[in-house]
Amino acid sequence: MAIALKPKSTSQRRLWRFHGGIHIPDQKALSNERAIERAPLAERLWVPLQQHIGAPGRPLVAVGDTVLKGQMIAEPTGFISAPVHAPTSGRVVAIEPHPVPHPSGLSAPCALIEPDGLETWAELPPPLADYPQLDPALIRERIRWAGVVGMGGASFPTSVKLTPGTDREIQTLIINGAECEPYITCDDRLMRERAAHILEGVRIMHHLLRVRTVLIGIEDNKPEAIAAMQLALAATDMGGYTEIVPIPTLYPSGGEKQLIRILTGKEVPTSGIPAQIGIVCQNVGTAAAVADAVLEGKPLIARVVTVTGRAIAEPRNLEVPVGTPIEHLIAQCGGYRETPRKLVCGGPMMGFELREPATPITKATNCVLALAPEEAPDPGPALACIRCGRCAEVCPAKLLPQQLYWNARAKDLDRVQDYNLFDCIECGCCAQVCPSHIPLVQYYRYAKTEIWAREQEKRKSEQARARHAAKQARLERQEQEKQARLRKQKEALATPKPAADGEDPKKALIEAARQRAAARKTSETVQD
Amino acid sequence: MLAAILALAALAAFFGVLLGYSAIRFRVEGDPIADQIDSLLPQTQCGQCGHPGCRPYAEALAKGEDEINKCLPGGEALVLTLADLLGREPVAMDIKEKVPSVAFIDPELCIGCTRCIQACPVDAIIGAAKQLHAVLNSECTGCELCIEPCPVACIELRPIREDIQRWRWPYPVRQPVERDIAAPLRDAA
Repeated sequence: MAIALKPKSTSQRRLWRFHGGIHIPDQKALSNERAIERAPLAERLWVPLQQHIGAPGRPLVAVGDTVLKGQMIAEPTGFISAPVHAPTSGRVVAIEPHPVPHPSGLSAPCALIEPDGLETWAELPPPLADYPQLDPALIRERIRWAGVVGMGGASFPTSVKLTPGTDREIQTLIINGAECEPYITCDDRLMRERAAHILEGVRIMHHLLRVRTVLIGIEDNKPEAIAAMQLALAATDMGGYTEIVPIPTLYPSGGEKQLIRILTGKEVPTSGIPAQIGIVCQNVGTAAAVADAVLEGKPLIARVVTVTGRAIAEPRNLEVPVGTPIEHLIAQCGGYRETPRKLVCGGPMMGFELREPATPITKATNCVLALAPEEAPDPGPALACIRCGRCAEVCPAKLLPQQLYWNARAKDLDRVQDYNLFDCIECGCCAQVCPSHIPLVQYYRYAKTEIWAREQEKRKSEQARARHAAKQARLERQEQEKQARLRKQKEALATPKPAADGEDPKKALIEAARQRAAARKTSETVQD
Repeated sequence: MLAAILALAALAAFFGVLLGYSAIRFRVEGDPIADQIDSLLPQTQCGQCGHPGCRPYAEALAKGEDEINKCLPGGEALVLTLADLLGREPVAMDIKEKVPSVAFIDPELCIGCTRCIQACPVDAIIGAAKQLHAVLNSECTGCELCIEPCPVACIELRPIREDIQRWRWPYPVRQPVERDIAAPLRDAA
């Protein structure tokens, strides 16, 4: 009798291919050799009060307050919302707008915290080590309290994603360790150094979602991470349902829809979410944050950030509190080797340029990239589209980038949607291969935000119409009421007095009084 | 000959009755074209078109009594949409578009006369007699109708501050240098 102790061979698993994709130099060797280091505390932390997608948080602290590490400083205001916690102990010096990591470079409300250097923890909730015996709602509440959001970049509140609807069953949990963008290595280092911790988080999510299978997808350009995760998995009892799946390196395999396609062969429907096909996808960093929240009672107040690029003297991964200014991180990495041409938040493909080095990092900031001139050459003026069709060949969403481009350029916002603009994941493959250097993604982003603005205006005008109609109706009603009142008064005046029978009571009273007075007078004269 | 006349007369009578019946049976309440136009108008109710509100302008347009370029808040984009819908020639607008703004009442100057409240077409100003008035920013359409009636001139329009929620990606500045001769053919595919 053969005893099946041999671990499932990962090479046996069938993998699918998504359409298109490109091979680009991954540049990960710049930063993936050094272990994650804890950066010293910055002198001032600008903590954005909203670091998630959804309803903005409500501030809980005032200027001058003393805060402790892990104390909640902004509470969630809706179901799709997340709290923000103080990343260290200190004093709130100001709550004011400050530039935040956003493509616009605009400011948003931030709490400026001056650390006292003591790192005094606030009172934390107890660890839930016995979570398999606990009510899943309690664990979800803990994850929500900890402010855990998707750490791959989307920053969607994790507790919401871990609350499956009653109408659909989740069969597969996919853990995204692909990290397909060039330069970024924070997930790679995290998997190498804290694989067991990530798996603890995966086990909690498995418990919450009650899924049958957990697939951890890692690109095969990270063999050390794959080995570390496999080793850690072998030490747990999760082998029955968990599998580490090395996937071929191809940008953008770390896109949620692309990774689902590679691992399961399923396609997420247009403008749908993976839960519709029974899949939930979470980042490895998120899994570690979930483990922190449930097993240690710690909120999400720090994350691993890759500081890299050839303009950085010593590129590496740093574990930093949320709110640390980016210039502080760069100083920790030895400063600039040369003047960077571009400072980018995120990867070179999907990241955006930072204009203000004092911008703080948030829960979703995975990479700070200072590109030297030779890494980011000026593409020069865009040339005319020669209709080569290479953009359509590489598009991982199977769109027609040329058609999108023509229509977005002509500002034809209706027709650009006919070509499924909103299925575009803005991965940048089309712009990367375009021989005419047309900034294609910029056109799509422009069209998307214009369409959202137009819809917003439409909603606003609907609201104004309703309010105007309500005002008209009210004025009309008031006018009618006034008319009715006037009519009543007129009627009252027009009706003849009921003086026919008997005397007027008033007159009678006056008459009676007069008679009394006369009687008194006569009696007085008699007495005299 | 007689048969032909009778046949035609019978047909005429039949269709006359049919049309007459249909006109009563399938009568459409209101004016669907006016509804359609009304849904395109920006609903600021500003009256700058010379009509008391957006709905009357829409009705005038549906009857063909007015030009399609009278709506200032709608701007050129609206003229083009209306031209498309009504099959008319687009007419140029002579006034440039304004930046989106909302009214602001200076709390130092307001005397609480309620005149602006009465003027506001969308009830976006709250207050009472001899009490400070204030504008609900989310409801104000920036129609400027409250500015004229104010006896102390304490209302002004302020541009809406750009924030992250309202921010839009700019139109790419790096335009292709050559003219695209292929562009007119873009719909061939």
